[in-house]
Amino acid sequence: MKKRTGVVRRTTKARVVTPRRRNPVRTDAAAPPLVTRKEITVQVNGVAQTAEVEVRMTLVDFIRERLGLTGTHVGCEHGVCGACTILLDGAPVRSCLMFAVQAAGQEIMTVEALGTPDRLHPIQEAFRDHHGLQCGFCTPGFLMTTLAFLRERPSPTADEIRVALAGHLCRCTVYQGIVEAVSDAAARLRAGTPTPAPRARGGARE
Amino acid sequence: MKPAPFQYAAPESVEETVALLHAHGTEGKLLAGGQSLVPLLNMRLARPSVIIDLNRVRTLDYIREENGEIAIGAMTRQRTAERSPVVTRRLPLLADALPLVGHLQIRTRGTVGGNIAHADPSAELPAVLAALEGSVVVRGPGGTRRVAAHAFFVSYLTTALGPDELLLEVRFPAHEHQGSAFLEVARRHGDYALVGVGAVVTMAGNVCQRARLAFTGVGPVPVRIPDAEAVVTGKMVTDGVLAELGKLVTHMIDPTGDIHASAEYRKEVAGVLARRAIRAAAERARMKQMRMR
Repeated sequence: MKKRTGVVRRTTKARVVTPRRRNPVRTDAAAPPLVTRKEITVQVNGVAQTAEVEVRMTLVDFIRERLGLTGTHVGCEHGVCGACTILLDGAPVRSCLMFAVQAAGQEIMTVEALGTPDRLHPIQEAFRDHHGLQCGFCTPGFLMTTLAFLRERPSPTADEIRVALAGHLCRCTVYQGIVEAVSDAAARLRAGTPTPAPRARGGARE
Repeated sequence: MKPAPFQYAAPESVEETVALLHAHGTEGKLLAGGQSLVPLLNMRLARPSVIIDLNRVRTLDYIREENGEIAIGAMTRQRTAERSPVVTRRLPLLADALPLVGHLQIRTRGTVGGNIAHADPSAELPAVLAALEGSVVVRGPGGTRRVAAHAFFVSYLTTALGPDELLLEVRFPAHEHQGSAFLEVARRHGDYALVGVGAVVTMAGNVCQRARLAFTGVGPVPVRIPDAEAVVTGKMVTDGVLAELGKLVTHMIDPTGDIHASAEYRKEVAGVLARRAIRAAAERARMKQMRMR
């Protein structure tokens, strides 16, 4: 038996491809039927979730309303604000610009998988310690992009951080704190120390 | 808002897609990366009754080197192209432009073919294709045809694609021996360009043998200005020549103003960017020549 890691996605891919291989020279393919509802299975935070969805349901609505995972926020619904950012097969995407049916067979990670109130993820701790949030509406999106970004660039410059986060809006205007938080989160992840002592900004705290 | 109801199919091959287009082409809409279409659906600015989702057509996801051209499958994600060593090495102009296409999260989903087929007048990739004089391969009920960039972009969001046709691949001429640069001015990184320009130059020593410039954000389609290209051609790229180029571009280009920038501002920026892009492209070409020696 192979290890279970990543099996879900590959199985789906294989199943999708096989029929075409059996019939490679077919040129007058029949048009697949049109549907308005479809059953999908999606891996969400490591749990397989099966549900029948209306095809026009966006992925973010599916995550929030059908799965009850309300940590992912709906902001602008046209790909500008970044609040609904999740990881799809490990890469950050806008879940408002995808339909739930499109995620079938893929792996989703939402902010719920990042940490818990008792055990924050180092990125969440860094955001807290650097005042990288105020009202918190935009924060789940920032966190998910930061997670993917720091996996690729463990030691980013401030400029690289600004470019990576350019697709997120924060109306409480704490961008400077966010950039500092990401920079510090990178340091925490590199050091492998999950809970370093909180750092006061500008000496104003404690 | 939420999208109006539609019927949906996710074909798994080009043939199935063509069959769907044949059956529903006029009422339907192809969904590639969805980063432009889904906002329109969410806002109900577009209400197609049929959505044909290309994301399961795996055979349209590739980057191939063929006869001095790089063929990029229409469903290749922008992020995949951005990270491709072939693109970095052989298509430096595209490599310059890709990081400017939307934000990271947009490029994860957004596709090369979708960006070209959507033909947004402020998008980067159409200008890249125009500057390189590339082409696209299109599949319809009658078979496959090739369309040159200048013939493909017809007007605002309008291409030569018929309602029953599918963009298969985008073909960018390799230009690793030329100098190139893509520059743009946008409100913030990842936003649509107020003005952008792609420049490609062929240098012989210090003399520019051939120059091509394609602007985005200043007209309904990517804008070429042959008179401006002629200013640089056959000359050394000096400050004087560049100043003349900038002045001519500002004079000849004819953008419209909108809430983001006035027409006057765009004219001015186009001239400055043209100057900077040709200078950068010429410098890169010279560096390549030095490395080859």
